[in-house]
Amino acid sequence: MSSTTANIQTTKVRRKRGNTDRLVLSIIGYFTLTVLAVFCIIPFILVVSSSLSEESTIIEKGFQLIPSNFSMEAYSLLFKFPADMLRAYSVTISVTLIGTVVGLFLTSMTAYVLSRRDFKWRGRFSFFFFFTTLFSGGLVPWYLMIINYLHLKDTLLVLILPMLMNVFYIIVMKSFMSSIPDAITESAKIDGAGDFRIFMQLIVPLSKPALATIGLFIALAYWNDWYNALLFISKSELMPLQYYLYKMLGNMDGMRKAMMASGAVVTTNIPTESLKMAMTVVATGPILLAYPFIQKYFVQGLTIGAVKG
Amino acid sequence: MKLKQHGFWDDVKKYRSLLLMLTPAVLFFLLFAYVPMAGIVLAFKQFNYSGGIFGSPWNGLDNFKFFFGSGDAWRVTRNTALYNIAFIVVNNVLQIFAAIMLFEVAGKWFRKLTQTVLFLPYFISWVVVGAIAYNLFNFDVGTINVMLKGLGMEPVDIYNTSAYWPIILVVVSAWKTLGYGSIMYLAAITSIDTEMYEAAEIDGANIFQRIMKITIPNLMPTVIILVLLAIGNIFRGDFGMFYNMVGNNGLLFSSTDVIDTFVFRSLTTSNEIGMSAAAGFYQSLLGFVTIMLANYAVRKYDKDRALF
Repeated sequence: MSSTTANIQTTKVRRKRGNTDRLVLSIIGYFTLTVLAVFCIIPFILVVSSSLSEESTIIEKGFQLIPSNFSMEAYSLLFKFPADMLRAYSVTISVTLIGTVVGLFLTSMTAYVLSRRDFKWRGRFSFFFFFTTLFSGGLVPWYLMIINYLHLKDTLLVLILPMLMNVFYIIVMKSFMSSIPDAITESAKIDGAGDFRIFMQLIVPLSKPALATIGLFIALAYWNDWYNALLFISKSELMPLQYYLYKMLGNMDGMRKAMMASGAVVTTNIPTESLKMAMTVVATGPILLAYPFIQKYFVQGLTIGAVKG
Repeated sequence: MKLKQHGFWDDVKKYRSLLLMLTPAVLFFLLFAYVPMAGIVLAFKQFNYSGGIFGSPWNGLDNFKFFFGSGDAWRVTRNTALYNIAFIVVNNVLQIFAAIMLFEVAGKWFRKLTQTVLFLPYFISWVVVGAIAYNLFNFDVGTINVMLKGLGMEPVDIYNTSAYWPIILVVVSAWKTLGYGSIMYLAAITSIDTEMYEAAEIDGANIFQRIMKITIPNLMPTVIILVLLAIGNIFRGDFGMFYNMVGNNGLLFSSTDVIDTFVFRSLTTSNEIGMSAAAGFYQSLLGFVTIMLANYAVRKYDKDRALF
């Protein structure tokens, strides 16, 4: 990336002068960035430590940054009756997998056609897709279309289909593919390869960075989705993770009942507050663990896609 | 269709494999975007389920009269626009500031770490943010009230006081987007020609002068484009944010209800399908006009960066 070379060069400039203004800026920079970083991470620490606190301490002293009475009770309770949580996990994982693979395939295939300079109607089709970002029928007709005409209510498909493609991703992918030299397509054509074969065997392997980035964006959107479930899912066995969390946060009584139904728990002693936080941790865990590895791709993707030219 | 040496169907034949490859996307956008656009007629209808979108009887402008007459229209429009303006100003200022600091601070290790941490909130869902907010703002056990009590002050009932929410929502929006936005700005800063900095240094400019005279002016095109694009979306509320932070808490609606939450509520809770369609149509129109105006402004400013 060109940013690293730029950084190295500025560091060189920096070293040449050890002025006071540089020192002042460093102090401001280190200070404000530290403050902002603390501001960004403290809420996470609060949630984790609350999930590890004893319920009685929370009731008495409230949520605290460092648990004064360490307890794994909430987690052990959560994992004692894991059926609901595991089901929600499996819904989210399958939706994310299917949605990402299919969505990425369709997005890149569409983007490829639109990137082909010799395709006569590319402008028209581009506008056909782009126009949907300018104007829409609004929530109500969209909702009725899915419920009354496509009959997708309470199906796994309703969690996948509406988010399958996104114009922004198509545009980012198209601008990446436009930078692949035409000569590659041309020579393959002369060798007799069809358009689809050119796409699969030449363009896809060459587009790996863009595919990784957009794939991650799509996967993250599916993983974090709860809105489609809120609108279209009423069956508990189809609830994705985030929606399950949403439901449980708002409805601890329902949780209590579910736990009673699934096994003998003394109902009065359920640690509601720490349990809410433990569920939040469990629902967030995988994405946060994957985050450090994913992050660099996001950074790359943002630099490719967002700030062109 | 223009007829040249070969006709329309010859082109179809020539591009048949490309057209085939486009088919899934075309079907997708037809089903999920274009057909619902036709559903706008709902805004002028008295919806009933047996008639569906097209069979229900017309009722002229009654849905709009109901929406505008209820007094909600002005409130939700004002809230949506004001929140978005606040988000645009606060978020961009913070993001640019963070980007400049990330660029100028020398420690590589420190820079990487802070960048990673700042990006963290972007990755989590609004549901999780809602849980975090509960942890902070809850009346009985929330961290903020615990701290207030610790300082000998009275706890505040945040979830029942609408006055706090504009500030909370602006802070939360800044919190969630800080990392994402600052990386976009950082990318723009790193593409600034370093020779400019070197020349300024030789001329004796100090670091603050260089930031004010080089970094910020060079960043302006990016800022203007991003801001204009954001202005184009000024009538679209972030439903996930408002719904998970506020939910259906009617006590807070005066300061938190935006067009999107209003439409959602009238559709799902009060089942006012005709009126919510009218409100949605109104939102789409407002959005369309502002996007057109914003795009016109971008065109005036820099033709290449316009959307169309």
